[in-house]
Amino acid sequence: MATAVVTAERENYLNKEYGVRSWLLTVDHKRIALLYLVSVTFFFLIGGLFALLIRLELLTPAGDLVQADTYNKLFTMHGMVMVFFFLIPVVPAVLGNFLVPLMIGAKDLAFPRINLLSWYLYIIAGVLMLHCMLTGGVDTGWTFYTPFSTAFSNTKVVEAGIAVFINGFSSIFTGLNFIVTIHRMRAPGMTWSRLPLFIWAQYATSVIMILGTPVVAVTIVLVAVERLFHLGIFDPKLGGDPLLFQHLFWFYSHPAVYIMILPSMGVISELITCFSRKRIFGYSFVALSSIGIAVLGFLVWAHHMFVAGISLYAALIFSALSYLVGVPSAIKVFNWTATLYRGSITYSTPMLYAFGFLGLFTIGGLTGLFLACLGVDVHVTDTYFVVAHFHYVMVGGVLMGYLGGIHFWWPKITGRMYPEFWGRLSALIVFVGFNLTFFPQFILGYLGMPRRYYQYVPEYQVLNVLSTAGATVLGVGYLMPMVYLLWSMRYGKPASDNPWNAAGLEWMTSSPPPTFNFDETPVVDFEAYDYEHIPEKHEEEVAVG
Amino acid sequence: MDSHAAVEHGPELLHHFSDAEQQRNAASLGMWLFLVTEIMFFGGMFCAYLVYRYWYFGDFGAASQTLDIRLGAFNTAVLIGSSLTVAMSIWAAQTGRRKVLVGLLLATILLGLVFLGVKAVEYHDKFEHHHVPGASFHFEGEVPGHPGLPVNPYHAQMFFSLYFAMTGLHALHMIIGIGLFSYLTYKAWTGYYTPKYYTPIENAGLYWHFVDIVWIYLFPLLYLIDRHR
Ligand SMILES: [Cu+2]
Repeated sequence: MATAVVTAERENYLNKEYGVRSWLLTVDHKRIALLYLVSVTFFFLIGGLFALLIRLELLTPAGDLVQADTYNKLFTMHGMVMVFFFLIPVVPAVLGNFLVPLMIGAKDLAFPRINLLSWYLYIIAGVLMLHCMLTGGVDTGWTFYTPFSTAFSNTKVVEAGIAVFINGFSSIFTGLNFIVTIHRMRAPGMTWSRLPLFIWAQYATSVIMILGTPVVAVTIVLVAVERLFHLGIFDPKLGGDPLLFQHLFWFYSHPAVYIMILPSMGVISELITCFSRKRIFGYSFVALSSIGIAVLGFLVWAHHMFVAGISLYAALIFSALSYLVGVPSAIKVFNWTATLYRGSITYSTPMLYAFGFLGLFTIGGLTGLFLACLGVDVHVTDTYFVVAHFHYVMVGGVLMGYLGGIHFWWPKITGRMYPEFWGRLSALIVFVGFNLTFFPQFILGYLGMPRRYYQYVPEYQVLNVLSTAGATVLGVGYLMPMVYLLWSMRYGKPASDNPWNAAGLEWMTSSPPPTFNFDETPVVDFEAYDYEHIPEKHEEEVAVG
Repeated sequence: MDSHAAVEHGPELLHHFSDAEQQRNAASLGMWLFLVTEIMFFGGMFCAYLVYRYWYFGDFGAASQTLDIRLGAFNTAVLIGSSLTVAMSIWAAQTGRRKVLVGLLLATILLGLVFLGVKAVEYHDKFEHHHVPGASFHFEGEVPGHPGLPVNPYHAQMFFSLYFAMTGLHALHMIIGIGLFSYLTYKAWTGYYTPKYYTPIENAGLYWHFVDIVWIYLFPLLYLIDRHR
């Protein structure tokens, strides 16, 4: 492992073949991860553009940049692109694809061709979505609520629905692939209790993917069929029930939040142990809390419907169950904090992102408890309080984990180091910008500003200006890594096999890894995060602050 | 990549598996998980059926009685028969009887086609009687067991909406299955499957059995409700 410079010359998955064909027809999980990296980044930029337009419009109380119709399309497409084409695939499809086989000591995922199929389905769905956006867009909100979506909206609901449907199968196949891989492809000695917590998180995520996604898929089919052939399953005029749609939709879409956040939680477990040089506190609690979140997450969906006309008893039960999901989430946060305690902490970029995650996710999670409370929820339903809450979890949490992970594994993915100074600066800017954008929205919501309107009363302007200002800072924070990471692929310092001196099988192969990951199938005879037995210092500087 | 070159195995063993056993286990677990997603996929529709059957109890009974129970029963028998031929085809593959295997796979395809043919006749019937949801939908009748209580046409339409959605989705699965079996038949004809390697037949068989089981639920829910009155 001391031959850092020499390994840069040896054959790896990147320099093995060149040319467009070798990428578009690849079945190597690492290359597919990079295909996803490029495509989810593209959709992130599109979704970000919509966010920018929304924030610009909300700079003033009057509707000056866009009018109501356009604004409705803007927030709809912001939501659809960000939820279905960025947040859901981002960590599993990029980091998960790259790392799951490496971390368990396998040569590839169990079904490499299905993995490639997943990416193509994602791209087909994405192209459809783009076509839909360029030829008029949708205005139903990302939630497709009936009967507006089936009977009234005159926008391209069916096309957007088909895109979401196809994309759903991409995510189902990814989940299926991960579960089979984790069950069947582990290296000798890699028992369940030795799995990295990132793998546990991916496993729990995959379970949600394969159980939840088919339900939303069939629901969207019913919406499309209702629009096209007047089948009337959700149309109250024909005896149908719009609430049934909401039940079926949220049965998936609440757990979908955990599809987004669980993988990031897995990343955080890896980062915190590595940069505090300690074994994780309470391994089995952190591992099983992922499964707990996956299970409980399926039992709380109707907290999105407290004011929709469900019975009070149902609402009470769902309120109580929603509180329960707080338990496994809190277990994770407490255990991470306990892991930090008396660790020798290094403030490298990935760790700064991990700290950012802890802060933002905790705020997001705690405000989630406000919303689980029936009385408070009735007051703040459909206000900016809700918007701020889910952005703290879905954007603050997920992106902090993702960016932390991307920096952490960048040397492994590309064989190059990123510039540490710029990395830390970006982590700081993202954290500040994020809070400046979304904290004012908590206050706005509490004061009663409703979501999804393009105008508002002048009293709300100061906080909205703060939020828009924060969004520009946040935008800079997100663009910076794109620039310096690209730069580092060519000019970055060549990385050694294990620049962080981290535990885990992925660090025991070369950077970047060879096509089949390991020259010889590794045999595992150590526990996860065995940092007591790994010397702290390394011959290469670890960029200590 | 050549680490297992010394181990003897057929051409079907993919490079990233350590042995045929692992590959087989992975494929079969994958298929079972796929069937789990299929259960959830159909589950959404069964859930809708449950809600509306509960709400529009009598109207559903009346609408159900217009379905032809003989055609439904015939199709049920056809599908159960096809499950038998599938099960036997796995036996044929295990014991290396190539011609028997091809014959049984063809029989499965044929039974699948018979099912779809009968389904087409039934659909045609619905068009004739204006029982297809939409502008031309028309339904008159009394709620079974309640003489003089007219059926609400919207509620009857809901029954037919679910009928078409559920049987349509099921038929789509049959068509995919027939495509799958056609490919298997061709491969079996070329002698690709041996007693050592027949995982695709097993997995396609699992899929086919699943599609049969869905029908086993659809048949009573759609055809047999309120028949005792
Ligand atoms: Cu929720």
